[in-house]
Amino acid sequence: MRRVTKIVVSGVATTALAFAATACGNDSGDKSSSSSNSNGKGIGLAYDVGGRGDQSFNDAAAAGFDKAKKEFDIGGTEKEPKDGESDADKVQRLTEMARQGYNPVIGVGFAYAKSIDEVAKKFPKTSFAVVDDSSLQTKNVANLVFTEEQGSYLMGVVAAKTTKTDTVGFIGGVDTPLIKKFEAGFKQGVADTNSDVTVLTEYITQMPDFKGFADPAGGKRIASGMLSKKADVIYPAAGGSGGGAFEAIKTKGDAWGLGVDSDQYKIPALSGVKEVILTSMLKNVEGSVYDFVKSVQDGKPQSGIVSADLAQDGVGYSKSNPEFVKMTETIAAVDEAKKKIADGEIKVATQPKK
Amino acid sequence: MTQQTPKELKRELLKERVILATAAPVLALAVAVALTSVILLATGKNPFEPYSLMVNYVAEWPDVQVLVINQTVTYYFAALAVAIGFRMNLFNIGVEGQYRLGACIGGIVGFNLPAPGVLKMIAVIVTAMVVGALWAGIAALLKVTRGVSEVIATIMLNAIAAAIIGYLIQRDVFGHQPEGSNAINTGELPESAWFPGIPYGDYEIYGFLVIAVLCGVGYWVMLNRTRFGFDLRAAGASESAALASGVSGRKMVVIAMLASGALAGLIGMPVLLGESHTFMSDFPAGYGFTGIAIALLGRNHPLGMAFGALLWAFLDKASTTLDDNGYESEISVIMQGIIVLAVVIAYESVQRWGLKRQQQKVGAELAAAAKKNEEVAL
Repeated sequence: MRRVTKIVVSGVATTALAFAATACGNDSGDKSSSSSNSNGKGIGLAYDVGGRGDQSFNDAAAAGFDKAKKEFDIGGTEKEPKDGESDADKVQRLTEMARQGYNPVIGVGFAYAKSIDEVAKKFPKTSFAVVDDSSLQTKNVANLVFTEEQGSYLMGVVAAKTTKTDTVGFIGGVDTPLIKKFEAGFKQGVADTNSDVTVLTEYITQMPDFKGFADPAGGKRIASGMLSKKADVIYPAAGGSGGGAFEAIKTKGDAWGLGVDSDQYKIPALSGVKEVILTSMLKNVEGSVYDFVKSVQDGKPQSGIVSADLAQDGVGYSKSNPEFVKMTETIAAVDEAKKKIADGEIKVATQPKK
Repeated sequence: MTQQTPKELKRELLKERVILATAAPVLALAVAVALTSVILLATGKNPFEPYSLMVNYVAEWPDVQVLVINQTVTYYFAALAVAIGFRMNLFNIGVEGQYRLGACIGGIVGFNLPAPGVLKMIAVIVTAMVVGALWAGIAALLKVTRGVSEVIATIMLNAIAAAIIGYLIQRDVFGHQPEGSNAINTGELPESAWFPGIPYGDYEIYGFLVIAVLCGVGYWVMLNRTRFGFDLRAAGASESAALASGVSGRKMVVIAMLASGALAGLIGMPVLLGESHTFMSDFPAGYGFTGIAIALLGRNHPLGMAFGALLWAFLDKASTTLDDNGYESEISVIMQGIIVLAVVIAYESVQRWGLKRQQQKVGAELAAAAKKNEEVAL
């Protein structure tokens, strides 16, 4: 009997832990009800892991969703994924939204690619979009992608212009092909501006461990290591982990951090470290989501690959930090690079050189 | 009291045991439903509507029915893997790492093996089972040679498995990145290597449903109708007693762990060969832990676990409709949690109550017999 009790207790304990873990990433919910609209029930938005409130990628999509809802006076529903779910679960989530009459239906994050494709074929009258993937050819699907490497090239120019030690750092959140684009652009920007500058590169986690996008302690640890190796400008492309890197930079002093995705100088949660955020690489997920919804409202849904690049302000850089505004020479160099990329004079690689 | 022959008594005790065995999970489920209703009531919601919403949702949509059945298949393999360990008094928490590593390496071997489709498919399954078994075998070896608790060893091995997978699916190792995609996989298997599904309307049920049923039957036969099964149960019940009757506990630990790991290797197969056709960076995770809960609920019994897996899959999949009807889908997670707790308590109390009843009954029989003998002697 003792034996049974022991094994059962440990079993329950473990299961409870597993539930606690799943429950964290499981905050799904119908957060808004649909308002009246003749044209279906509004927008269906399926988030990537993290959901609304991640101060990064998902929040940018949420901002576009909110803006479109308000402007076009339509309803909408938001859903979040469960941890460790399969494609079948994503298919179910998207099917459910399409079936209830939500149009358009948007999947935030490349993880939705396969499931969007499958569901789009079953609902040919509904418009779908996937963010960060360009592999889908179904007619009623828009692939909303960004040229992150171009924006990151500009960060590379800033870093090479600003560094006094000729050493800069790149921190990737998770070693994925997407983040490699950031790395590639950043390195090329540095090398084209000043070939004497060394770039230290490190990733917080490897797939399938996606913790690296939400691990400030990891960001801080790696940034501290880079700072002690004399790096004085660090570009963390690591979602929520970037905050930790900025903390390390502020503690050290005499060094700069570069923001990513949104204008991180203005993000309330980062206000304590904002003075070290020189500028940010902007990725206009909000705009792309909004534009897509608008195209559906106008009766001409976008489809195929909808690439938001530097020329269309799909990516860019921010000038919120007054310290940065003073660096007129650097800004001039960045704007020149921007023009050259937009004109096609500079081609930015999407994979880092070996 | 009527007089019973020993044979009748035995049969009646057996009948009671069956009733008791089903009483516990039914009781647990009832408690879980009741407590969930109380929670719903406490939050000011209708305490019963969610259940009917979930049932109607599944009844209405064939794609959801398929989803539930497919998830049941996957959960069933997980539960079987855990249960074999439980039967030998082993707590294999490493099922999670075993199935993921098995699926990853299986996917790599299947993609790179220059062979026709069917052979590729068999290679994937065999590789996954062997890798799962070997990965579990490390924990078994540590236990029998160094006395390391398998609980600790398998938890650690889960973390190591995750790191190895992360390395293997790198683009410059075995990873592939489809054109335009940001996901990484181990290469898509050709259609001839897919495991055929069972058509269900416009949808497909995993063909692995058949394998799952076979595994369940095999598990039952192995445990109850073979010498090995007897040895396993004996060693699991008392290692020293088993040793005294010539069964090596160490050997049973290794064999049980290998079998558990090999079954774990099958968990990823329905998804890999029936749905994704590759191992990818976001391959479903967490089945190993769910398997523990289902094995507990099903009391390691092949039929019990089948019901447990079905119930779990139903709660998982049907709950998505709650979000669209003004309820939180987490209600199903609450229910699953309560079921696990309730089932443990129910089993313990029902078992104790049953034991007491048996003792009383046997005692009464013996007393009656003694009295009769006394009368005869007089």
